[in-house]
Amino acid sequence: MSASTNPATRTAVSVTGLRKAYGEKVVLDGVDLTIDEGEVFALLGPNGAGKTTIVRILSTLISAYAGAAAVMGYDLRGEAGAVRGVIGVTGQFSAVDDLLTGEENLLLMGRLLHLPLTARRARTSELLERFDLVEAGRQTPATYSGGMKRRLDIAMTLMGRPRLIFLDEPTTGLDPRSRQTMWQIIRELARDGVTILLTTQYLEEADHLADRIAVLDHGRIVAQGTPKELKRRIPGAHIRLRFAGSASLAEAARALPEGTRDDEELVLRVPNERGIRSLREVLARLGDDVAVEDLSIHTPDLDDVFFAVTGTASQEKNQ
Amino acid sequence: MSAVTIAAQDSATMLWREIKHSIRLLRLLIVSVILVPVVMLLLFDYILGGTLGHGLGDVARGAPYIDYLVPGILVMTVAGGCGPTAINVFMDMTGGFVDRIRTMAVTRGALLAGHVGVSVLRMLVATAAVTGVALLLGFRPKASLADWFAVVGIVAAFSFGLAWLSAAIGLVTKSVAGANGSTLPLSFVLPFLSSTFVPAESMPAGVRWFAANQPFTAVVDSLRALLMGVPAGNTPYVALAWCGAIALVSYLWAQAAFRRGTR
Repeated sequence: MSASTNPATRTAVSVTGLRKAYGEKVVLDGVDLTIDEGEVFALLGPNGAGKTTIVRILSTLISAYAGAAAVMGYDLRGEAGAVRGVIGVTGQFSAVDDLLTGEENLLLMGRLLHLPLTARRARTSELLERFDLVEAGRQTPATYSGGMKRRLDIAMTLMGRPRLIFLDEPTTGLDPRSRQTMWQIIRELARDGVTILLTTQYLEEADHLADRIAVLDHGRIVAQGTPKELKRRIPGAHIRLRFAGSASLAEAARALPEGTRDDEELVLRVPNERGIRSLREVLARLGDDVAVEDLSIHTPDLDDVFFAVTGTASQEKNQ
Repeated sequence: MSAVTIAAQDSATMLWREIKHSIRLLRLLIVSVILVPVVMLLLFDYILGGTLGHGLGDVARGAPYIDYLVPGILVMTVAGGCGPTAINVFMDMTGGFVDRIRTMAVTRGALLAGHVGVSVLRMLVATAAVTGVALLLGFRPKASLADWFAVVGIVAAFSFGLAWLSAAIGLVTKSVAGANGSTLPLSFVLPFLSSTFVPAESMPAGVRWFAANQPFTAVVDSLRALLMGVPAGNTPYVALAWCGAIALVSYLWAQAAFRRGTR
């Protein structure tokens, strides 16, 4: 089915009361979410929170145990075939054919999408070019780096110009440079108006890429909002000052009464709401006389989000 | 495009993919599907053939042992193709690739159809190659052109049945070793417990009945009669019925296992 016969819709994904259990183990415990067309939506959560399960359900790989979901206006239960026609999925594990060359992998996608020969070839060379795989396209993925493999994976997903893309942990296992490239790719897709649902364990990643974030914990959405809204709820950003002795700590605590004092570690944590400006101010208020042994800036991470919305750390919940 | 056209197109695409795979793994395949049966042929003909041939007596109809042996080796060649097929299917099911296919609007059965199609092609190519080697070694068939067509038909039907069976095995096993191991009874145990090397009647009472009535014997006996140009009676029909039954049961098993993969 081509996208043009699709009923006009403003909502890309609509999910209500989604539940899934494997035997006794509840994986999704009533998830509701709505993603608008053209939006980049991030599902943020630790391993085992249910992120991948949501992606697998929405991409028709597995069925939910209860609840309703529509993707691009098509019902997941009754119109799975139509859903498959408009989505693209890049899973956590490499979904490239290791015995075919990069180029053959793309051509294979083109054949499976029933593109005519010329369109297949044109789109293949366009994607190889765009993802910097022209040279590598003649070789099998066995010779590729992790980043190259992931790029080929995404290119295969884009072969059919899907309007909605699922990216399950697109940067997990990538080196910092490949991660930057992947972020760039995702931003470009968003600019083209593609709706993206991505999952991630990193608040930083969700913050950089997403219009909206849902925090998932134990199969439930525990917080939802724009990165700004979410970060406002996190008290995690602070400047950490460590002192040589309790005398200087006491002196600093007097100068910065908003700070939280830890006498055992000789540490003072001062909220850092305005970045560099806060830092300058803190140093100015401390003056030249208080000897600071060590200073570090702490930015909120997934643990802080978790602590803020659930009251427990993510690692503990992991088990 | 109609659903049937799309299904045919998708199956052809998967067939193309599997042919590419086979070409990439050519050396490995030549060893496992052609070299092994050729070694069995040499072993049984040169080393054991003298004694075995004497022991055959009237069954051999005065022909050398190789003429008795080759039909059995051809059946072993077909069965030898089961391991690679089961392994390929297993590998495909464990990688992320099958998930990608499942999220695309691709005909559900196309992936398996591609595997089975190429499996049959591989078995036919291997059987032809082993037949060529056998001819060089002194195999002298007395089959008419019609007999040859019947031989090809039976080999193709047997390949089709075993290809579906291997695909089903590949779908239900949990490891590569399991996929390969589960096909060993097909490629090594059943041939020995059949008329592949010696007549079933010559076997001890306990296995005789099994050997006389199992599918490998029906296939080997019909190929042997056709290749030797002697009346085959109804054995070709029995063989074809077995092939059809194996294909049907395996097909249903494979479909069920493939669906179970999507939970």
